[in-house]
Amino acid sequence: MDSFDNHKGIVTPLDRSNVDTDQIIPAEYLKRVERTGFGPFLFNDWRKLPNGKPDPDFVLNQSFYDIGTILVARRNFGSGSSREHAVWALMNHGFKAIVASSFAEIFHKNSFENGLVPVILPDEHISTILDRAAAQPGYQLFIDLNNCEVSDDHGLHVPFVLHQDPSTHDFRRNTLLNGLDSIGLTLQQETKIDAYEKNVRHD
Amino acid sequence: MAGKTMFNKIWDSHIVDDPEGEPTLLYVDLHLVHEVTSPQAFEGLRLANRKVRRPDLTIATVDHNVPTTDRDKPIDDPISKQQVDTLAENVEEFDITFYGVHSPEQGIVHVIGPQQGYTQPGKIIVCGDSHTATHGAFGAMAIPLGTSQVEHVLATQCLLQEKPKTMEIRINGELPNGVSAKDVILGIIGKIGVDGGTGYAIEYTGDVIKNLPMEGRMTICNMSIEAGARVGMVAPDETTFEWLKGRPQVPQGDDFEQITKEWALLASDSDAEYDKVVEIDATELEPYITWGTNPGQVLSVKDSIPDPESFDNAEEKESAERALEYMALEPETPLVEIEVDRVFIGSCTNSRITDLRDAAEIIKGYKVSPKVNAMVVPGSTLVKWQAEKEGLDQIFIDSGFEWREAGCSMCLGMNPDILEPHERCASTSNRNFEGRQGKDGRTHLVSPQMAAAAAIEGHFVDVRDWKLNN
Repeated sequence: MDSFDNHKGIVTPLDRSNVDTDQIIPAEYLKRVERTGFGPFLFNDWRKLPNGKPDPDFVLNQSFYDIGTILVARRNFGSGSSREHAVWALMNHGFKAIVASSFAEIFHKNSFENGLVPVILPDEHISTILDRAAAQPGYQLFIDLNNCEVSDDHGLHVPFVLHQDPSTHDFRRNTLLNGLDSIGLTLQQETKIDAYEKNVRHD
Repeated sequence: MAGKTMFNKIWDSHIVDDPEGEPTLLYVDLHLVHEVTSPQAFEGLRLANRKVRRPDLTIATVDHNVPTTDRDKPIDDPISKQQVDTLAENVEEFDITFYGVHSPEQGIVHVIGPQQGYTQPGKIIVCGDSHTATHGAFGAMAIPLGTSQVEHVLATQCLLQEKPKTMEIRINGELPNGVSAKDVILGIIGKIGVDGGTGYAIEYTGDVIKNLPMEGRMTICNMSIEAGARVGMVAPDETTFEWLKGRPQVPQGDDFEQITKEWALLASDSDAEYDKVVEIDATELEPYITWGTNPGQVLSVKDSIPDPESFDNAEEKESAERALEYMALEPETPLVEIEVDRVFIGSCTNSRITDLRDAAEIIKGYKVSPKVNAMVVPGSTLVKWQAEKEGLDQIFIDSGFEWREAGCSMCLGMNPDILEPHERCASTSNRNFEGRQGKDGRTHLVSPQMAAAAAIEGHFVDVRDWKLNN
């Protein structure tokens, strides 16, 4: 997993709530057995007209927004299916961070596992960012993961959280900052796993 | 000090490590694997030269991609075939018990886990599938995973997990006639919203739950994720024990008597406190139909399509406008006037034997509307055989339904069972998202009874008014 320190990038505004993972990547594109190659199918059904041509009204088909690296949406982003392919598709496309007022839990977990940074901001700031991005293609945000702050060149400068559970927030931030492999971390506890199997499960 | 919830009892008994400021490391008793969310996990193990720690606690099946028609032919779609073949190779390499497409025990992963008795009270059960909470109906803590976590469990048999808060949803009273378990969960989602359960583990309690058979409890737990909650559970009781008794993986004889005593202790203590309590009066529940493109956009069968202008909240208004455009529906249209092209009875929500009995009772002696293409996809091969033994298959076939082989099928359309663009479907599945059952397809979620009646009439009807023709 790549590490993430801070990132300045163009915003792709997706002014919708409850964006489900079936929209992020429809089921017919889940058949690949690799983690790569999902980018072209990101938001496939929203991106394409019935004739298969790009829908010019969809934000990912519009200039500047198509090269965004920060996707901004409203509440409950990533609801529905557990498919990690949704995170892979977003990252394969080039997104480094998703900014939303809340995330569905499985998507949220999958984001941490892959180093896609989930930025949680209050609705009012989401509205500000969506308005600014809509008014100005190429509008950029700066995400400072060390200090958990989001800013732009127009005076926005606000703190964010990555996780609603304050007790593990710093741990989650550190895994993103350092690109840690969670399996490697757990395997360091192997003696405790052995002990659990022996003493509690009596295996 | 207050007593403990069932959730906390199971959580506490599975802690391997709980360092300050980090997620808890929990031991996993059962890992269910299917073909869609596992190939990259096995590949990750190979790349890191890791093994499956406990192949004996891991089982696999194929369900999402498998055809529901002639199983003797190879899978037409080469990419689906590769995914199915890849799982067969992985279970061989890592020595995992596998129920392949020709196995009598094959079926939807959330149907076969309970069916074979792998699912048991008190276990932590995981699966790379959002509907894993289904197993919580047995008093287990069942948690859905993404592929990276699947790999984590394969390698370590443990899960890193932040502790969710607890929510009790208590459904008091008695279910009215014609109102099913599916309507209970659709009613709950309508009430608390599609993210009302986010951050919580839900325990469903109350007289309605106590009186439901296991299949109904599974239907309710199954759709916890549609309310945002990863975990949904029901306390184990005599109904649970009776259902599990004699199943292949369940202890037999004296061992069974002993283990049921332990299982009985799992229920939440009477003085346990939840972080949140939601009470629902069962007498107010009705048969429901989703009208929009998320499961929270749901109304009683006797209602009409809402006018987006009627929503106070700008976000809900816009969401309703988008949904009605996608669903090609006009405000104020009575739901019973909506005509359907397809009917799908199946999915991990509603494909068990009682679901098929409920649907068959409605259609017996009637013919499917000539405008409608209707199909039944049992949840497992053994459910199919049981239904055939009871003669249900003949009732469906005589009525004009297609009778298929077991799998996920048109719940998500990874196999050839999909809606054509703009087709409208009454479906017993769990998601009415845009394109869920096929690009530009339109899905209305309903109970098996409501789906069956819609197949006969060609439009939705209030199943409470249905005249049985037996």
